[in-house]
Amino acid sequence: MLIELPAVQTAIPGTQPDFYFPPYVSTIARSPRMPLVLLPETPTERTGPVFGHEMIRKNDHDLTAQHEGEALGERIVVHGRVRDEDGRPVRGALIEVWQANAAGRYRHKVDGHDAPLDPNFSGAGRFLTDDEGRYFFKTIKPGPYPWGNHYNAWRPAHIHFSLFGAGILSRLVTQMYFPGDPLQPFDPIFNSIPDEGARQRLVSKLDMARSQPDYALAYAFDIVLRGSHDTSFEGAKR
Amino acid sequence: MSTQKMVPSGSQTVGPYFRIGLEDLVGKGPGNESALETIRIHGKVLDRDGAPVSDALLEFWRADSSGAYSDGVSHLNGHPVGFHRVGTEVDGSFSLTLIKPGATPLGDGRFQAPHMLVLVFARGLLRHLITRVYFDQDPTLAVDPVLLEITAERRRTLIASFDPSDPQVYEWNIVLQGDNETVFFAW
Repeated sequence: MLIELPAVQTAIPGTQPDFYFPPYVSTIARSPRMPLVLLPETPTERTGPVFGHEMIRKNDHDLTAQHEGEALGERIVVHGRVRDEDGRPVRGALIEVWQANAAGRYRHKVDGHDAPLDPNFSGAGRFLTDDEGRYFFKTIKPGPYPWGNHYNAWRPAHIHFSLFGAGILSRLVTQMYFPGDPLQPFDPIFNSIPDEGARQRLVSKLDMARSQPDYALAYAFDIVLRGSHDTSFEGAKR
Repeated sequence: MSTQKMVPSGSQTVGPYFRIGLEDLVGKGPGNESALETIRIHGKVLDRDGAPVSDALLEFWRADSSGAYSDGVSHLNGHPVGFHRVGTEVDGSFSLTLIKPGATPLGDGRFQAPHMLVLVFARGLLRHLITRVYFDQDPTLAVDPVLLEITAERRRTLIASFDPSDPQVYEWNIVLQGDNETVFFAW
């Protein structure tokens, strides 16, 4: 039976990591080996969840002020713009972030790294983009931390980002890195993206113009989500 | 293709500590749905060696019982209807109670069999996986346009089985790699 539904668009080669990437050891037993099936685009793929402001709590965008005392470490402001492939702002996109504290420790029961927890830092936040696709949050610059991937393995400083755009297929989970971090060349997760340009787009930029004198440096991190398809491509099977 | 296209940002793994950032949405959402239409779906996420994946996050996107998708916020707490998120336990298991979706019309007289789109995130998954889950014994399985794209022997990896003694309980395992590897879709 001939299927005439348009197929879901796949990524430009090199701009996304492969599932199987042995330098990151956990991929070896968890990556699929059978060929991925091209999914026809149906109403299931064209729709997706939309989140409301009601679910955002006070201080969800200020990770330094979620407890009685102030979080320890270098205060920073992170901001950026979320756009789709056509450059249009993605409005009302839910962004969830999580990260280690300044000492490189996550408030998570399986993080056994011998570094102190900060009672005033949970390391999680969430917010919605505005009408121009912009977001903003305040946090503590996360520290690097060791992990068990290989001998003397250290993750470069990073903040995890989870995003929902227009339609479930625009879903993205990624990590934001910091400029000039000397650990990046050694990190298999960062280097799992083959294309140098695509990799560097995960590195935020120091933004002196948005920095707050005597208070906090700012970092800019723009994100591009897969968009819903241009209808002119309908029927063009890829 | 337009020359102005921007390249989507690269994906990175959720890592082992995603619960601190993503747990808030687990188990949230509408809770006042009719119990008559409610099903429970449970199963395990397994790796190449059949070992439980205890740090996977699953997200489900589904239509309502009439086959319509909620494309907007439809609940007072700001949580969308039709979206579910669940993390796996130490033994790799998950369990969700939700409304069984109806068959979804394609607009040209054809229907998709009742199904849910499922996203799989985990440490070791640099990109998330996309799959679908269908419901065993549904008469529309045979005409579902997505299932028809998949070879008969692999199709069964997308079909949750039900316990004849309790038809409201479905079991579905996700196998990331190996002999019974679940069908995953390209993106």
